[in-house]
Amino acid sequence: MADVAVQSNRVVGVAGGRKRSSLRSALKRKSTAAFLMTLPLIILVGVLVVYPAFYSLHLASLNKSMARFVGFGNFEFLFKRETFWLVVKQSCIFAITAVLFKALIGFVVAHFVHNIPAKGQRKWRGMLLVPWVIPPAMSTLAWLWLFDPSYSAFNYTLSFFGVGPIPWTGDAAWARFSVILVNIWVGAPFFMIMYLAALKSVPDQLYEAAAIDGANWWQRIWYVTLPMMRNIIAITTLFSLIVTFANFDIVRILTAGGPLDHTHIFATWAFRVGIEGSDIPLGASVSLFMVPILAIAAVFILRDINKRGNEA
Amino acid sequence: MSRKNLSRRQFVAATALTSAALVTAPYVRGAHAAGKLSIGFWDHWVPGANKASTDLVNEWAAKEKVEVSIDYIPSQGNKLLLTTQAEAQAKSGHDIIAMNTWLPHSLAESIEPVTEIVEAIIKQNGDVNGTVKYLGVADGKWLGVPACVGSQIKGPCSRIDLMKKHAGIDVQAMYPAGEAPKADAWTTDAFLKAAEACHKAGVPFGIGLGETSDNVDTVGAFFLAFGAEVVDAKGKVVVKNDNVRAVLEYYKKLMAFLPPDAPAWDDASNNKWLVSGRGALIMNPPSAWAVAKRDAPQVAEQCWTHGFPVGPKGRFAPFLPYYWSIWKFAKNKEAAKSLLMHLSQPDAVEKMVKASGGYDLPAFEKLTTLKVWAEEGPPKGTLYHYPNPHKHQVLSISASPAPPKVAQQIYTQATLTKMCVRFYQGEPMEKTLAWAEGELEGFMRS
Repeated sequence: MADVAVQSNRVVGVAGGRKRSSLRSALKRKSTAAFLMTLPLIILVGVLVVYPAFYSLHLASLNKSMARFVGFGNFEFLFKRETFWLVVKQSCIFAITAVLFKALIGFVVAHFVHNIPAKGQRKWRGMLLVPWVIPPAMSTLAWLWLFDPSYSAFNYTLSFFGVGPIPWTGDAAWARFSVILVNIWVGAPFFMIMYLAALKSVPDQLYEAAAIDGANWWQRIWYVTLPMMRNIIAITTLFSLIVTFANFDIVRILTAGGPLDHTHIFATWAFRVGIEGSDIPLGASVSLFMVPILAIAAVFILRDINKRGNEA
Repeated sequence: MSRKNLSRRQFVAATALTSAALVTAPYVRGAHAAGKLSIGFWDHWVPGANKASTDLVNEWAAKEKVEVSIDYIPSQGNKLLLTTQAEAQAKSGHDIIAMNTWLPHSLAESIEPVTEIVEAIIKQNGDVNGTVKYLGVADGKWLGVPACVGSQIKGPCSRIDLMKKHAGIDVQAMYPAGEAPKADAWTTDAFLKAAEACHKAGVPFGIGLGETSDNVDTVGAFFLAFGAEVVDAKGKVVVKNDNVRAVLEYYKKLMAFLPPDAPAWDDASNNKWLVSGRGALIMNPPSAWAVAKRDAPQVAEQCWTHGFPVGPKGRFAPFLPYYWSIWKFAKNKEAAKSLLMHLSQPDAVEKMVKASGGYDLPAFEKLTTLKVWAEEGPPKGTLYHYPNPHKHQVLSISASPAPPKVAQQIYTQATLTKMCVRFYQGEPMEKTLAWAEGELEGFMRS
């Protein structure tokens, strides 16, 4: 018995030693160190993102007074509301149009900046980034004054040319145009800087080879620049689509969703219903409706990144 | 310099003596013996108005030995609304929080009833108007103490000169300072004619039709003046009725004389309209006039705040009260109740009203005739009729008498304004009513 006991103790002792040594080697591994270093951020994300996400799921499953579980009842209710479908339509118009123009303008401006001699390029880059650097809430306030229904600086200027007055935020079509315009103004520099970085990474030899083959300007863009920028264009566009879909400040400040709800997007309508209307569960449901749309966009981003990684 | 060294024996003896003295001494209340109290007040836009509240709170805190902290939270950018909703969700935050209009009802489950203290205050200061009861009482319990700070009436503020010159109406004679109104002829029809005349003269009435509070309050008072209920007091959707049709027809005529961009107006638009001198009338508390006193004194001198026009079913004016509510999760409810009693004393109320230049309105009957409204100017007496001293009009709220939780949806979604704009923009009457019916039925969810 004694031998057995001694034997078993030895086994335990050896196992303990192995555990200690494996712990020591695990701690020495780069991946473990990296994990430990990112742990505070993971916890922070857990607290600030995951918890509120699950809490909003919980809220979306309650009735208006938050006293009863209603499952998908709030979503069923939303699907029957005319205003909800107006918001869906408006969100799609807003996000797709704004992202399209941001990408287009970013692409064109990036080419212009790329062609500026290196000496003066930094100044231009800095100036063109200003709209993106200013907090959107602040710059939108300036736009609000420019679009003011009664004292619009734009209308004042246009009056010298015998045009207007244009109801910038008072007419549904103009109001949509205005919120999209401001979103493009704020977001286009982001595209510009991303595309500029991509342009700089295109090897000059490719253009030289294309020139020797007799490629014209358009062919160089189509067969050299675009294929080389494809990944960055996709990632930037999809990333911007997510951010634009979830936009709040621009619409809230400029039109607050009006006139007649024609500029509401998910976030602003969720705020109107949930916070201003004290129907928190319905507001949570409206904002959660963005999740499947944004999840699809995220899947595309991840697939694109993965593909890019494999190509590398 | 000499230093006396303390031996170990002397130190022990001294410590023992001190301890004995402390233990046997009578209990002396410390500076903050009655605990702590945290307050979230509405951040007043009038410079110096917050100081009056702070002084009153400090005066009480010194007497009651309570450690107080005050946060002045602006309503600008919905900061106060967000704070209130967040505290209700988190079940943590201030002990007392300022809540306006619909919030006491919508957050009733999280609020400590204060019936006994409000009843005591009513006994002392006189009864409150019907709107204050409608918004502040649920299931027979008061959900907050009606606060004078921030409470307001949004009545007409007219330009004396422009109304006289273009519409032939002497607003000072109609609402003389220090006397009861002589406004029988101030009807919705007279209002419409005046709007037309001022529009023709290039100084239109500045009435917005956007989705913010000022716009919704004005349209709500006109709906009530025509007896146009969209949801009745029992919560039944009754929007398809002749009174609603009549008020929509009326608003269609009125909108033709308003600035063309009125559907895009927010709460600042009408103020700017008056201060810039472009309009003859707006619907507002005297904040625009107060700004004009500073920025455009020649405009301020011509401003006169007065009553609403009377419609087929009466004369109504929007009253938006603030309440000081105590959370159910408050840590020092007794101190909170004591402070709210202190802030509701006539002397305290008068100090706060004075500090706001007459903007703040006490809800209590006996406190609507304070000197400040008669004395404020220029022109002197411009605010005399602001607190409705002669009960000349019914103080109301848009979307009433629908049950408050339904009315809140009508109010925040600006359903009444949207109805007017849709109809004005050419939508057939029955289509507008059908749209409204669908919206209102959606607001019934519990």
